[in-house]
Amino acid sequence: MTNFFALLSGLTFGLGLIVSGMTNPAKVLGFLDIAGEWDPSLILVMGGAIVIGLIAFALAKKRGSSFLGLPMQLPTARQLDRRLILGSLTFGVGWGLAGICPGPALVLLGEGVQQGALFVGAMLAGMGIFEWLERRKA
Amino acid sequence: MIIFKLLFSSASTATHMTIDWIHLTPYSALAGGVLIGLAAAIFVLLNGRIAGISGIIGGLLRPKQGDLAWRSAFLIGLLAAPWLYQTVAPLPEIRIDTGSGMLVIAGLLVGIGTRYGSGCTSGHGVCGISRLSPRSLVATAAFMLTGFVTVFIVRHLLA
Repeated sequence: MTNFFALLSGLTFGLGLIVSGMTNPAKVLGFLDIAGEWDPSLILVMGGAIVIGLIAFALAKKRGSSFLGLPMQLPTARQLDRRLILGSLTFGVGWGLAGICPGPALVLLGEGVQQGALFVGAMLAGMGIFEWLERRKA
Repeated sequence: MIIFKLLFSSASTATHMTIDWIHLTPYSALAGGVLIGLAAAIFVLLNGRIAGISGIIGGLLRPKQGDLAWRSAFLIGLLAAPWLYQTVAPLPEIRIDTGSGMLVIAGLLVGIGTRYGSGCTSGHGVCGISRLSPRSLVATAAFMLTGFVTVFIVRHLLA
C-alpha cells in the first residue's frame, strides 16, 4: 500500500511539473531573469502547491499517524545553521546555471532527454560527494 | 492575466521591470502547482512523509532497511510521468540552451547543495513553506536569491 501511494504521489508530482512548465529549463530561466523579459508564471506553481500544502500539512501536524497508520515523519530540525544556508545558496547557483532542479531533472530523464540524463548523472555524483565527505567526517 | 496586470503594473513603472506577456502561462502554472500540492498531500497524509525529491534520491545513497521500496516507487512515478502524460496529449516543448560542461557543473552544485541544505524546491519550497517551517523559508529565500543572481550574472554581466 505504501509503495502504491508513493508511486501515485511521484506520478502526480511529475504530471504537475510537466503541466506547470517547470520541466522546461528555458521557462525556469525566464522566471529567474527578473532583469530581462521576466516571465513570472512560475510563482503560481508555488502558489498553487502551497495552497493545497497548507491544508494538508495543517491536518498532518494534528495527527500522530497517517491515514494508513504510519508514523508522521515530519522534520524536527529547528536551527538555521551554516549547512542549511550555504547548501541552499549553492543549490541556487546550480539552479540558475541550468534552470533545472531535482524533480524536473528526473522527469527530463524519463522523457529521454539527453541533457536531462547528463544533469541527473552530475547531480547524483554531487550527492555522492556529499555522502563521501560526510562518511569521512564520521 | 488580469491579476498579473494588476499585481505588476505598479511595480513595472516603479522599477522598470518588464513582464514577458507573450510567454505568460498563468493557468497551466496554477494547475500544475495544484497537482504538485496534491502529490505532497497524498504523500504526507497517507505515507507520513515529506515529498522532497532531493531527499528521496539522496536517501538511496544511504540506504536504510525498508527504505528502498518506497523511495524507488516514488522516483519511478516521477520518471514515468511523461509517459502517462503523452497518452493524453503531446509533451510540451522543452528548450535547453545550456552547454554540456555547464550542465555538469550545474548538476554537481545542485546535488551537493541540496544535500547540505537538506532540501530543494519541493522539500523546502513547497512542503516546508506549507508546514510554515522557518528553516525552509530561509532555505527557499537563499536558493531563490542565488538563482536570480546567477541568471543576472550569466545573462546581463557576462553576455
